[in-house]
Amino acid sequence: MTDVAIVGVGLHPFGRYGDKLCLQMGAEAAQSALADAGTEWSRVQTAYVGSYEVSNPDAVVGWLGPTGIPVRGVFNGCATGGTSLQMAAQAIRHGEADVAMAIGFDKHPRGAFAADPAVVGLPAWYGRTGMFLTTHFFGTKINRYMYDHGISTTSLARIAAKNLANGSITPHAWRQKPVSVEEILASEVVNYPLTRYMFCGPDEGAAALVLCRGDLAREFTSTPVYVRAAELRTRRLGAFEVQSPSLPLESVPSPTVDASKAAYELAGIGPEDVQVAQLQDTDAGSELIHMAENGFCADGEQEKWIADGATEIGGRLAVNTDGGLIANGEPIGASGLRQVYEIVQQLQGRAGERQVPGNPRVGYTHLYGAPGASAVSILSR
Amino acid sequence: MTTTQPRQEVVAEGLFTWPSEEPRLIASRRDGVLSFPARPDEERVLLSARGTLWGFTTQQFRPPSPPYDGDDTAETFQPYALGYVELPGELLVQARFTESEPDRLRIGQEMELRIVPYTTRADGTEVLTFAFAPVNESAAS
Repeated sequence: MTDVAIVGVGLHPFGRYGDKLCLQMGAEAAQSALADAGTEWSRVQTAYVGSYEVSNPDAVVGWLGPTGIPVRGVFNGCATGGTSLQMAAQAIRHGEADVAMAIGFDKHPRGAFAADPAVVGLPAWYGRTGMFLTTHFFGTKINRYMYDHGISTTSLARIAAKNLANGSITPHAWRQKPVSVEEILASEVVNYPLTRYMFCGPDEGAAALVLCRGDLAREFTSTPVYVRAAELRTRRLGAFEVQSPSLPLESVPSPTVDASKAAYELAGIGPEDVQVAQLQDTDAGSELIHMAENGFCADGEQEKWIADGATEIGGRLAVNTDGGLIANGEPIGASGLRQVYEIVQQLQGRAGERQVPGNPRVGYTHLYGAPGASAVSILSR
Repeated sequence: MTTTQPRQEVVAEGLFTWPSEEPRLIASRRDGVLSFPARPDEERVLLSARGTLWGFTTQQFRPPSPPYDGDDTAETFQPYALGYVELPGELLVQARFTESEPDRLRIGQEMELRIVPYTTRADGTEVLTFAFAPVNESAAS
């Protein structure tokens, strides 16, 4: 199989930017990734561009240069960035391109996502009666998980505190202020047992990657990061999923488990080899559950891992070193590419104050979202 | 003499049997798999009115409106709890609960179907939906 390397990464920091156009942010992230690779847009032969709010994200070529190459719009809910990465890597493996880009951007209004339930095939009553909120899934799933596996609310607060602390040492993070475990526990409950500081918020931003055929990587950088696996899975019948008015009694694992297993198998790399990970932390409970669903620990072991600081920078598996979604927010089209951006920084040893010690070689990214899709990538030097 | 009973309507037809002394949720079955709400052109199945609490959360702020059409405002909004009730041998059904305090909800406790108003229209019509109530609470009321 053709090796695929990431040779340039770029980010338009996530946050709030007033009237600034989403496409403009996307173009800036793309230019920054191209500069990081020491190359130009004219060298790129195909691109995958993800966005929720921009209906024609390929319009970004208006900023980058209309060179005529195939540019495809991507939307896969919260798994969009992982899908863009996977498709760009496949385009290289299939021989369509030697150099490809994955670009993502979004600009969400403030507050909880509001939509007509019909857009995901749900009946109007589900929205009218106040049940069409993805946060209900997160609150309910962690509530049951804590009951089944003996997890304390303090562990959730510690995860949020860790991510906000990591954000405070990440120059481009949206949330720059550390918040104590006590303050997180005392802040208002949004969806029991999750408090305000335990949730990420929608915001704005962009991220981009330049990928190329492995044998060309040294033309662009002395520190390529290889895509060992990039897998996407959707839900199977019985998976406990967002926005499900009913579910079968017999459950099956989350699509995260399926995507993760497939990625490990393809990469020939196991969870014990991973030194730095980005796990979807829509809320602190999600990060906790995703530690087990991605194979890093058994269900219930998180309580001890978190008490020991095992997922902090310097712990046995640093998780969400840039503060994750909790500190960066979630511009959906860009979020997964921000994860890759961070892993690449870590594997190249240029993550500054938040650098994971020990010269890490293997990193991992994970996305999960409605209506039951997960994308996992395994990256290594 | 006029009645003081407000006019009522259901939030959607085909969700539950109504009016009824013993209302039931209406599911459907295909290839042995139950779904709620019922899907068109499938065999109709009435679900059990009792089950056990599987897991829950709360809604502490007024949901985005639309689609939410409660007659409250951000200021008058009353938080509610919701989650899944396990109906033995049938399925997990997601529902609002009549009890909004998480401290008074316990995974595994028995829950019972109720049909309750969740909003009132400008003309005074109450709109009914389904909810589950803790069984001890219903015994006391």
